[in-house]
Amino acid sequence: MYQYDQYDQAMVDARVEEFRDQARRRLEGKLTEDQFKPLRLMNGLYLQLHAYMLRVAIPYGTLNARQMEMLADIADKYDRGYGHFTTRQNIQYNWIKLEDCADALADLATVEMHAIQTSGNCIRNISSDHFAGAAVDEVVDPRPYAELMRQWSSFHPEFTYLPRKFKIAVIASEKDRAAMRLHDIGVRIVKRDGEVGAQFYAGGGMGRTPMIAPLIRDFVPIDQLITYAEACLRVYNRYGRRDNKYKARIKILVHELGAAEYIRQVEEEFAHLLSVGVEPPRDELARIAAHFADPPFVSSEVETQSLSTVLGANGGQGSAFGQWVRRNTHAHKAPGYVSAVISLKPVGGIPGDATSEQMRLVARLARDYSFDELRVMHTQNLLLPHVRIADLPALWAALAEAGLASPNMDTIEDIIACPGLDYCSLANARSIPLAQRISERFAETGRTEVVGELKLKISGCINACGHHHAGHIGILGVDKKGVENYQLSLGGSEAEDVSLAKITGPGFDEDGVIDAVEKVTDVYLASRTEGERFLDTYRRIGMEPFKEALYG
Amino acid sequence: MSTPLGTSPDEVQFRFRDDEPVDHGTVTVDCALEQTNANAVRIEPGDDARLLLPFLDRLALVEVNFPSFGDGRGYSAARILREAGYTGELRAVGDVLIDQLSHMRRCGFDSFAPDKRLDEEDARRAFATWADVYQRAADARRTIAETRHEA
Repeated sequence: MYQYDQYDQAMVDARVEEFRDQARRRLEGKLTEDQFKPLRLMNGLYLQLHAYMLRVAIPYGTLNARQMEMLADIADKYDRGYGHFTTRQNIQYNWIKLEDCADALADLATVEMHAIQTSGNCIRNISSDHFAGAAVDEVVDPRPYAELMRQWSSFHPEFTYLPRKFKIAVIASEKDRAAMRLHDIGVRIVKRDGEVGAQFYAGGGMGRTPMIAPLIRDFVPIDQLITYAEACLRVYNRYGRRDNKYKARIKILVHELGAAEYIRQVEEEFAHLLSVGVEPPRDELARIAAHFADPPFVSSEVETQSLSTVLGANGGQGSAFGQWVRRNTHAHKAPGYVSAVISLKPVGGIPGDATSEQMRLVARLARDYSFDELRVMHTQNLLLPHVRIADLPALWAALAEAGLASPNMDTIEDIIACPGLDYCSLANARSIPLAQRISERFAETGRTEVVGELKLKISGCINACGHHHAGHIGILGVDKKGVENYQLSLGGSEAEDVSLAKITGPGFDEDGVIDAVEKVTDVYLASRTEGERFLDTYRRIGMEPFKEALYG
Repeated sequence: MSTPLGTSPDEVQFRFRDDEPVDHGTVTVDCALEQTNANAVRIEPGDDARLLLPFLDRLALVEVNFPSFGDGRGYSAARILREAGYTGELRAVGDVLIDQLSHMRRCGFDSFAPDKRLDEEDARRAFATWADVYQRAADARRTIAETRHEA
């Protein structure tokens, strides 16, 4: 994975000192809260319902054991012994004191980490495919391109006061595991006639006006990647709306101009910027890519074993181990290896939360079993990307002992939920208790396994941090005359078959929406054909049968 | 006849040029397009800086107004002018804050007339915050990537 050189380290160190100075000037009254706000936001510091929240960047979701241990230390030292992994592959701490913040950032800088641009109206931390560098189906590892864009977007002098926040995802396979088309800019690295380039999508997003990003360029030569991105951003910085923060995202600009006109303006700016010359030297990409070389996979027959051999020797498909392997491991490009998902969705737990002890255990497992590498998934789980199949029984045993072996990836228990009214000052309703109760209900009845893949996503307000628009089942919490009310929607997807969910009808109270989720799975189980997922059945039979069951 | 706008040289707090500042006010972009002798112009956030490109030779001062520090359109305006070869004074005026100085400098601003005078010591520190930079901009600074790969 990427390692800082003296320059990267100096940038992060300079940022810590800059923030320390800003905090001092705030305390001395030289900065008003209004003036300080964008500065603290650009260092990931939000004011929440009860305290400050610090969001730490995990670029493209990749980190090593030492970094994970530091995240655990920060949780113990400055917070309450836990952290919350987010849908953009970052981690948040919910109980940080303003006066501790610069020290926490300084601690992070010692392990090449920071909270730069994890918030504010700037280019945010760049996300990617959590299986990057391991997946069988990727064209190349997308992370070197994401890292090139990370450096370009860090402290960008022109794009620090954009109309609104700006999120970029970079993937490199047909399969989309990063909700790429629901980002302000989505990049897919592709190969055409042996030449690597970038496909650009722009103007996607969730929030109160969900939109799927249209394709704006099918192929940008890879040595023009940064120049093209700069053109996209400059057009947005100049013409994105600033009169209304709810209409300020690039999706509104692309929608109001029309994709064709936005593309025309970007192309004009692109041609101009090519003549100016803003692209980093070509060797830089090669330098970065060298950091992402494959780890030394073993290949002898003694050291690698097939899944069937290992399963056979450990209780078979039906055992607890077998269930976990089937649900939580993913095919790897190297023979004898898989990627293993560490579920942060225990039944009745808080989606995405991990204690400092769990973080330290996961760090140790990464050292022992995954070449010192870890990932944060956008589904709020963790991942060991490179696990030898022969090591799976030992890995599973360690995870099971720590309560981290829930075999539920992509099932209804693998719920994405925002912090909701328990933490967030914007929320209208609680998300976490609902997620807890739904996972408990489905686990008790044994239905989780029967239903199979079903992505349920819960947001506590229309800002949609819980991605409810993209859930096979989505739940949106609203405030109805002072009472929490939940709207149910069906048919969304954040994957390569991207679609936006549609509302079923009138909302429900908390108990009612849990029953409603069960009812729609009844309809699915009664209607599905062989091999159909919930989403496939919904797409085939449409909304009516579900409405009938809910309201008929 | 348009009323002169803009800041006087007395209001300029930081200036990184040796030439004599323009001693009169600025006109709006619309006026500058009509008045063939105008040499000082003021850009508001909604103005298209590219309209000035045919007249850059005759301009000695361009003021870019930041009515609110959060409106970042002026950063693009500045870079566009510099990329087109403008070499006159480029002055950031209005709600200009300490922590914006170094980025503004990178976008091509070489004088600053903030509405509220800034603390000199804090400003000096802010101008010097970034020893190195990641991306090309309107200044001539060598980027980190260029340094890494210099022969």
